[in-house]
Amino acid sequence: MAVSQLVGAKIHRREDPRLITGHGRYTDDLTRTGLVHLAVVRSPHAHARIKSIGVEAAKKSPGVLGVFTAQDFKDIIAGPATHPVAPVFAPDKKVNPPRYPIAREEVCYQGEPVAVVVAEQRYQAADAAQLVDVEYDPLPAVMEIEEAMKPGSPKAHTDQPDNIAWDATYVPWEATEEAFKTADVVVKQRILQRRLSPNAIESRVVMAEYDPFDKRLTMWMSTQNPHWIRLFVSGALGMGEHSVRVVSHDVGGGFGSKISPYPEDYLVPAVSKLVERPVKWTETRTEAVQNAYAGRGQIYDVEASAKKDGTLLGMRVTQLLDCGAYIGTFGAFQTCACLLAGGAYKWKAISSRSIGVLTNKITTDPYRGAGRPEATHVAERMIDLLAVELKMDPVELRRKNFPAKEEFPFTQNFGLVMDSGDYNASLDKALKLFGYDQMRREQAEARKQGKLVGIGLSTWIEICGLGPGAVTGPATGGVVLSESAQVKVHPAGGVSIYVGTHNHGQGNDTTHAQIAADALGVPIEQIDIRHGDTNEGPGFGYGTYGSRTLAVGGVAINRACAKVVEKGKKVAAHILEAAEEDIVFDQGKFHVKGAPDKSKAFGEVAFAAYGQLPAGLEQGLEAVAYFEPPNFVWPFGAHICAVEVDAETGNAQITKYVAVDDCGNIINPMIVDGQLHGGIAQSIGQALYEEMVYDQDGQLRSATFLDYTIPSMNEIPNIQLDRTITPSPTNELGVKGIGEAGTIAATAAIINAICDAVSPLGIKHVDMPATPDRLWNQIKEARK
Amino acid sequence: MKPAPFEYDDPQTVAEALDLLARYGDECKLLAGGQSLVPLMNFRLARPGRLIDINRIDSLSGIKRDDGMLVIGAMTRHSAVEHSTEVAGGWPLLTEAVGWVGHGQIRNRGTVGGSVAHADPAAELPAAFAALDATFRVQAKRASRLIGWEQFFVSEFTTALAPDELVVAVEVPRPQPGVGAAFVEYARRHGDFALGGAAVTIKLDAGGHCEAVSIALLSAGPAPVRATSAESMLRGAIVDQASIRAAAVEATRGLRPTADLHGSTEYRLRLLQTMTQRALIKAAERAKATP
Repeated sequence: MAVSQLVGAKIHRREDPRLITGHGRYTDDLTRTGLVHLAVVRSPHAHARIKSIGVEAAKKSPGVLGVFTAQDFKDIIAGPATHPVAPVFAPDKKVNPPRYPIAREEVCYQGEPVAVVVAEQRYQAADAAQLVDVEYDPLPAVMEIEEAMKPGSPKAHTDQPDNIAWDATYVPWEATEEAFKTADVVVKQRILQRRLSPNAIESRVVMAEYDPFDKRLTMWMSTQNPHWIRLFVSGALGMGEHSVRVVSHDVGGGFGSKISPYPEDYLVPAVSKLVERPVKWTETRTEAVQNAYAGRGQIYDVEASAKKDGTLLGMRVTQLLDCGAYIGTFGAFQTCACLLAGGAYKWKAISSRSIGVLTNKITTDPYRGAGRPEATHVAERMIDLLAVELKMDPVELRRKNFPAKEEFPFTQNFGLVMDSGDYNASLDKALKLFGYDQMRREQAEARKQGKLVGIGLSTWIEICGLGPGAVTGPATGGVVLSESAQVKVHPAGGVSIYVGTHNHGQGNDTTHAQIAADALGVPIEQIDIRHGDTNEGPGFGYGTYGSRTLAVGGVAINRACAKVVEKGKKVAAHILEAAEEDIVFDQGKFHVKGAPDKSKAFGEVAFAAYGQLPAGLEQGLEAVAYFEPPNFVWPFGAHICAVEVDAETGNAQITKYVAVDDCGNIINPMIVDGQLHGGIAQSIGQALYEEMVYDQDGQLRSATFLDYTIPSMNEIPNIQLDRTITPSPTNELGVKGIGEAGTIAATAAIINAICDAVSPLGIKHVDMPATPDRLWNQIKEARK
Repeated sequence: MKPAPFEYDDPQTVAEALDLLARYGDECKLLAGGQSLVPLMNFRLARPGRLIDINRIDSLSGIKRDDGMLVIGAMTRHSAVEHSTEVAGGWPLLTEAVGWVGHGQIRNRGTVGGSVAHADPAAELPAAFAALDATFRVQAKRASRLIGWEQFFVSEFTTALAPDELVVAVEVPRPQPGVGAAFVEYARRHGDFALGGAAVTIKLDAGGHCEAVSIALLSAGPAPVRATSAESMLRGAIVDQASIRAAAVEATRGLRPTADLHGSTEYRLRLLQTMTQRALIKAAERAKATP
């Protein structure tokens, strides 16, 4: 292998100059000749029967080309792929209400599409949408998970038997009986994961153009996975995948909310078919806050037990998951929390069960971390609760129960094999960076002065790099989550690489080029990374989510490059008049073994590859590779947070934040740090600020950025980062994912610190978001 | 999303603006910095038939001193107040208060007149003007008048302005020498509307007694609240922890701040107490440090 030059280098993101100077190509920047605009008329009710839809006034409004309701689409959107639901880890689904992109008789969440209006201008479409006169018969809305589970509860869908989407037990309770019977200490806690709004700064946009002569459909849209959308939309519209092209240029964030298909993904192309004009829909911020697939929305009831000496024994976890009105395409992925709730620790036994519940709210689906932040929060909170009961330092309790470095690969309680780890190494480094002992002394002093100062840890782990076929095949209903790459070397030596992953902020255009530059030994400037167009590259791309882009997609690039080098050796052997097995490839040059001056540069070999070649050797220098990982990858790390709680205002101020993370080998340290900064900031949002709040009738109260409070730059403290490097044995690059790590790790560190801060008042647990009024109220109650 | 259709005028002089106001009155809305009105229009919560954009009337902008009094033109941007040495020198309470208004970009557009005419009870400047006993210069085609802050702020988003009237300037009397001032608020995020806040001025005599004091609260009720009974409690008393605490309790007596997603009435009430207390402590320290 070539001496690494670019892998590991802190080079600036190649995509940034374009993006930060306003020259990005987001879907809303694009237009087509003859473009018309679509506005969606949405249900103001969480649950209602549609009595009538009056469209006449809207049709007469200036510029309007048409107003369409469910019956107008029945012959166009008819295929089986409409709103598919992957079985994932909850195979025994009970109620899975069918979902059509536009409501027929019953609306089941606030914002469900009821009609669409198409007009020459966007303003005209918006004006006319307000003239559509829908008469509703309101039905009782079921909003709370536990209410929805009760027999006799109002139903989220009147035509379904009840609200139980699934009820899956992974390991039965009997399996942990011994671990609780023999325990010295048992702690129980309910832990809330409130609903979050993903809020990608670029809202969703769909533009579609149907060509009635060639019967081809082109869609431009903001998505994390164009090929999946092509699969779903072509199926629903009864078209072959060969006649549908999905293009996605720059995407301004996704966080999971741009994976699954949405109603508009079907409605916009269908309307283009109906009006025979290109059609664009741009989601408003109000629509995005209300109807982007939400994150989290779960309740955990957890018990954990241990021996006096701190040996962990048993855990029992029940996850109650608010699916919303329809099960998300990948919504059941969040049940992975039930398999990961043990965290980084050795337990004798763990039982877990997940119940998915339908409510009259927007669907929940994976949101940055998806199940893993929840699992970490459960594990890390339970460890701290046990530490309090055992009167042990939380650091000591963690150390006592880590698998040792030598025990990896380590098979955890649910049979998942943790590929590599050195949990003490990252913890040691974090403690040193944080100044743990000194900070504990300062805490003791501050407490004497009556200050509420706390320290919290999160020694998190993660499963990512989705994923091995043995797991992802059954989980998706047949599609293995491998990844593809195509490398084309042109005659003058330029390299075009087409990847099946998709950049929505991760910096792949840079990291992918770094990998290829090293693998091919060519300057990075000579490499172009292309993605986001289903008409380019391999037959299928799986997309970017689940921290898989590098650990799966990056490996596919490396392998496609290796295939190109192999072909290059054959060509080089021909022009160097040597035997193929005597050709050595090193730093961009092919030379004869033992004669480094007898060599041809990569460009010369590329040119020769398109010239006259001996019989049996085809022209061209290109290759496709698919990589199906044999296992997941398992990043880990240690986050330590210090907070001070102001008892009078309830404000929790993060005063110090340290994170030492391990994602295996690193391609670009700057991008790794950026992912961590962003992830931790998002986690601070969940821990302290964000929550979707509905009233009992199903109206979203937190419907603007005034009420749905995302932290801004001002609310994010200085974050000190460091790392350890434990290469992954799962792939030849030794890499793991880092895109979700910050979000997975940080809530537990912050909440543990807050719980520690208020512990002198006798408070044991604080839920998220730890808002000032909640904390103030909890402190007030504790002081009574 | 996008505003509903509206007519638009952009008068170049106050006289033209007053003509338009006289003609259209209730049908129209004045557009100043647009930091509150434009979002409301984009949500289609406000649907004015006509906008009168007064951004081109140069005579409405500027900060000057008039017989010792500070006169701030209605179209003066928040950032101009924030960076004015004139204001910082004589009216530091305003400098401190305006720093809490939204974010830098908002302060570059938002105007002093817009803020007072919008009359959001959580807004900083109305509370600061209340603490400083400001008066508003108001003009209409038919007549001009001066309105004291107490009469001006009627209720949430409601002022004493008639539909044909325009705020042209704010007059702020010069605080007495030796006054210490402080503006304190608490919001969930930097730039958010305050959950509670207090604007305070205080003057101490040589023996540490309170000679004069004003306490105005924001996010405390439908309009800025002057805590007059707390002020009289403190006047003449030795200013110490106990008297400040008692005054803070008195300041919030009888208030019922509105609950919302960010805080219950009880929480907001206690927060107002804390803010009052912190503002009084800060202002008293500053008064002591003032020669």
